[in-house]
Amino acid sequence: MATATAAQLDFSDADGQARLRAVGSWTVRTVGGLEPSIDQAIANISEATVIDLSGIEHIDTAGAWLLTRLQRGLNEKQSDVSIEGASDNAQRLLDALNPTEREIPAPPPQIGAAQELVEAVGRTMYLSWQDFLAGLNILGGVTRGLIRAVPNPSRLRITSIVFHLDRTGLRAVPIITLMSLLIGAIIAQQSAFQLRAFGAEIFSVDLVGILVLREIGVLLTAIMIAGRSGSAITAEIGSMKMREEIDALSVIGVDPVEVLIMPRLIALILALPMLVFLADIAALVGAGLVSWVYIGLAPEAFIDRVRDAVALNTLFVGLIKAPFMALIIGIIAASEGLSVRGSAASLGQHTTAAVVKSIFMVIVVDGLFALYFAAVNY
Amino acid sequence: MADALKGHGSEKEVVISGRGITVGFGERLILENLDIDVYRGEILGVVGASGTGKSVLLRTILGLQSKRAGSVEILGTPYDDADPDTRAKIDRRLGVLFQQGALFSSLTVLQNVEFPMREHLRLSQRLMDELARVKIDLVGLAPEAADRMPSELSGGMIKRASLARALSMDPAIVFLDEPTSGLDPIGAAEFDELIATLRDTLGLTVFMVTHDLDSLHTVCDRIAVLGERHVLVEGTMQDMLDFDDPWVQKYFRGVRARRVESEV
Repeated sequence: MATATAAQLDFSDADGQARLRAVGSWTVRTVGGLEPSIDQAIANISEATVIDLSGIEHIDTAGAWLLTRLQRGLNEKQSDVSIEGASDNAQRLLDALNPTEREIPAPPPQIGAAQELVEAVGRTMYLSWQDFLAGLNILGGVTRGLIRAVPNPSRLRITSIVFHLDRTGLRAVPIITLMSLLIGAIIAQQSAFQLRAFGAEIFSVDLVGILVLREIGVLLTAIMIAGRSGSAITAEIGSMKMREEIDALSVIGVDPVEVLIMPRLIALILALPMLVFLADIAALVGAGLVSWVYIGLAPEAFIDRVRDAVALNTLFVGLIKAPFMALIIGIIAASEGLSVRGSAASLGQHTTAAVVKSIFMVIVVDGLFALYFAAVNY
Repeated sequence: MADALKGHGSEKEVVISGRGITVGFGERLILENLDIDVYRGEILGVVGASGTGKSVLLRTILGLQSKRAGSVEILGTPYDDADPDTRAKIDRRLGVLFQQGALFSSLTVLQNVEFPMREHLRLSQRLMDELARVKIDLVGLAPEAADRMPSELSGGMIKRASLARALSMDPAIVFLDEPTSGLDPIGAAEFDELIATLRDTLGLTVFMVTHDLDSLHTVCDRIAVLGERHVLVEGTMQDMLDFDDPWVQKYFRGVRARRVESEV
């Protein structure tokens, strides 16, 4: 670029006629500095005006727009405006911008804070109801898929189920085992330490056994799977939705719920109880190790103690919950995936929502089960 | 069309010059020792069969694709080994329309068009809004489209919005990657016309990768055909028709080409 003289707007006054001389380079790089003098000129001048463009070295649409703004501003104040000395280039740009007499759409009306609050609450309630319906819709779709698969088992897509079993189940084994081992060890250590004050540290084994088998094992595994597999399901289905792959499936005459969601859901329902069982065992092993080291309880004695403390039903209380939690995680993840809209932000939003909602629902359902088992005395 | 060139003053000034460009993926060479020049104020159409590296050439000129050899000069400054500051300075004078639009999906159309200004310049919000709306108007979008999200736009509107963003900083050179692909013939013709009009009003130089014979006929001042890893031939439409190469003959004299030709 040529070294330009500073862009400016010079004002002079003669015989009741204002004269504005634009000089320098009027481009998108300089208009920021010119804007105040333009607005000043519009505010101050009320007589007939000549805008002289002969001093302009460079001009682009941004510069031309400021001149258009000046001209329009002065016209609105009923002063006579004429432009002279425009180069071919400047004139062409001014002509191109001139018909831009469009209405700028009015910004949406401002609403009060109270109304906004009510609106937000209403919207949330409505969306929660929609979420619930969407979940039911998927559950219905999967059920229909299962019924259709009865006369024709190949519709179950065994290959796909096995593939997802591998991804959600087998590949989660190391992390679930490690996590549960540590949790079991920590609970054993803490309870032994607290109960020692009463000389009842042997009861830490009862505490760990019942707590882990009934609640902690299933809860932590479900939360881990919600974070690990729930987010993956939402992201996969969501990006397929973005690229119209889901629509392509429907058009081909294949039910997306049956092809995409059913195998994932079945795999999840099969995998979660197995992972919970594994988590239970790992947690007990962790607790046994800590008891051995910490309170000198030999492994044989630990196993005897566990056998006395927990009955088989304690284990089942935990395991029974697992398929329901898998169902909740799968349905929430799938319905969030299907509600992804076109943008990347929407994908991220729905993936987050899927994880947060499914962890929350897993805990709520765990509470309901606790109430139920207490009521039936199981 | 030569008049259009003269209309913008100067004799042929080279604004993009690529020398000896060589690009390969693994064993395979896509472009080898390719030379190309683009002159100020012209619309250059780059054509070639699928896989001849048209988009690769565009990306290489822009520095988005690394090359094995060669040099690129843009606006008289070496672009490929320029320091980041010089490069950023040149980048501000370029506008690119990507094939899929590449609008930022989390911003509205207006915010998309304002984005380069917001990053590079200090302008008042009012002025940015006005300038962005001017650009949106220039590319033929309705004012209401400004507040829509990219996911709510049709294919043609995405191309226009993306062009508005490319024009945001009043660039000297605009790169268009298949601007009319995915548009219906009427939409494509309108888009061609738009590009020609913008070239005339804003004095743009346009580097256009295209498959569209209509575009080549109606708006391109010069055509470069890629093949066998370099520029097979460049020149006007007449040069193409006279050039003796089976692919070029087939492309420009095929059934579809004849249909276009008869209309012209």
